[in-house]
Amino acid sequence: MTKTSPDAAAVGTAATPAAAGAPILSIRQAIKRFGRRPVLRGISLDVASGEFLTILGESGSGKTTLLRLIAGFEDLDSGEIWMGAERLDRIPAHRRQVNTVFQSYAIFPHLSVFENVAYGLRAKNTAKPEIPERVTKALAMVKMGDFAQAAPAKLSGGQQQRVALARALVNRPRVLLLDEPLSALDANLRRQMQVELKSLQREVGITFIFVTHDQEEAMALSDRVALLRAGLLEQVAPPREIYGEPATAYAAQFIGQTNLLRAEVCNGIASAGSIVWRTFGASGTATYSLRPECIRLANETGAAAFADADVSIVRFRGRIRNQSFGGAMDLIEIDCGDARVIRARIAKPGVLTGERGFEFVVNDAVRVREEEPD
Amino acid sequence: MYSRAYKAGVTIPPLLWVTVFLLVPYAMLFCYSFWSVSPAQTIVHNWNLQNYLQLARNPIYLQVLFRSMRVAASVTVIALLLGYPLAYYLSFHAAKRKDLLYQLVIIPLWASYLVRGYAWKTILGSDGVLNGFLQYLHITHKPVEFFLYSPFAVIITLTHIYTPFTLLPIYASLEHIPRNLVEASRDLGSSPWSTFRRVILPLSLPGVLAGATFAFVLTLGDFLAPLLVGGPSGIMISNVVVSLFGAAYNWPLGAAISFCMMLLVVTMLFITERLEKRLAIS
Repeated sequence: MTKTSPDAAAVGTAATPAAAGAPILSIRQAIKRFGRRPVLRGISLDVASGEFLTILGESGSGKTTLLRLIAGFEDLDSGEIWMGAERLDRIPAHRRQVNTVFQSYAIFPHLSVFENVAYGLRAKNTAKPEIPERVTKALAMVKMGDFAQAAPAKLSGGQQQRVALARALVNRPRVLLLDEPLSALDANLRRQMQVELKSLQREVGITFIFVTHDQEEAMALSDRVALLRAGLLEQVAPPREIYGEPATAYAAQFIGQTNLLRAEVCNGIASAGSIVWRTFGASGTATYSLRPECIRLANETGAAAFADADVSIVRFRGRIRNQSFGGAMDLIEIDCGDARVIRARIAKPGVLTGERGFEFVVNDAVRVREEEPD
Repeated sequence: MYSRAYKAGVTIPPLLWVTVFLLVPYAMLFCYSFWSVSPAQTIVHNWNLQNYLQLARNPIYLQVLFRSMRVAASVTVIALLLGYPLAYYLSFHAAKRKDLLYQLVIIPLWASYLVRGYAWKTILGSDGVLNGFLQYLHITHKPVEFFLYSPFAVIITLTHIYTPFTLLPIYASLEHIPRNLVEASRDLGSSPWSTFRRVILPLSLPGVLAGATFAFVLTLGDFLAPLLVGGPSGIMISNVVVSLFGAAYNWPLGAAISFCMMLLVVTMLFITERLEKRLAIS
């Protein structure tokens, strides 16, 4: 391995145990610049066979570049990509056992739906009699069986998307790359396609690497999420873990909503303004992430009496600044003084006014690293 | 909505222009082609089909027409063979040199046709650059005569002049090919060559057709290059028209040839237009 940013390497190795079995794809210290601008600054990532991995990041974080490196449309500046025992980054794109579903579908306009799907099979000199059978099967799998002879121009965006999926899957790639494939679809179709995509992936058992900027989509679909930030991996973990135990303030904020509590830790006591709780963390300033739904209304009667009895419950008081109805949960903004506003999501709180007591379980305040990428 | 005055203001001037300088002359040409020349060298307005019959009967006209079409076909093929690879390189591989190379293609279009014609005269002539070079290398020992004043010279000159016209539409059609189609093809296992054959070439055919039409039609109607470098054996159909309207003073026959030529070209444009529409898939 070449030496690069040490903490990127640490994130990479930390992620490895989550991937069961030998990885089908292994990215090692991938670095990519466009001109002088670094796009990927040392990415190490193992992808397990059969896994649904999502690369999540804002635009410009380098997620599409990472995908294009795996597909072979870009060359690494340094680092390696392995597929099993094969050095993938030395192989030209057309010889890689990887297929891509493009963001804008990239359906060949001069070929019928059937010929689009058959394209890869013909390119690889698949036995002639085998082609119609496999194409038909692939089209049936994405529910486009009736459109085999249609011209692509006549298809809707969603239908083109399905054709693009069939065209990639028919080749039985070892890894399927999906570059924001659902971003052009409207919200309803998008949710429907998410469900279908997930069940399709289970059905075919092919490893999916899915790129998106939509954190909800990432959480709904993935076995693991790789959160990319400015060319570095911020955290790689299953969605529940990344949500429940975000490693960094950025991860906590990017995935779901959160309150970031900047606290002073001294002798096992963390204090963020008027909110004080016990912690085993090291002394000094620290940032804690507290999800809004972890906060509940405190039982007003005799609250003080219990306060010291149960150290796992943290209580605090605050003035209700705003309450907005949100269906199952109300969003409540609590003013705790010192310009600290904490947001809580509470089910059926009734109409709250004035100052109230709130509480949360101490373990729900997760200590996170807070650092800016250089 | 635009006012009537505005609509009239923008449509009438060009309509007037086209009518006065295009439609009326064509109509006059059409009339002339049915008139004849009296022995006293005046044009008599007696309507007849003699001119068209003469074209059909006298093989010399058809011969010159076929020669012109052969020259036009040769120029078209060579211009395509030169223009396509360069357009392809410009569009797909030139990267930073793209603007410079594109300008190099365009700049010759700014030079006067005559200058370029005379340039070929000095290159191909008996004392020309090419002969001098060949003799210097001792490949030939006396000047090669057929370089200049031959269909060969006409083809070279016209190829030089019309290759940019062929290249530009091809370049435009290549530029319109979404690059992710090329990537999709590679992704699906097609080699670069097979990607060219199965994706790029079919999608650029409308441009190829447009470029070929330019080269063919412009060459077919050209009369300056044959005049400058063609010699007697390089005469093309437009030269015949020029002489009929000039020294020979047989405007009716010249008009008949012109009209046939126009019919030929319009038919070709019509066919290629249909073909292009069929090839272009949005």
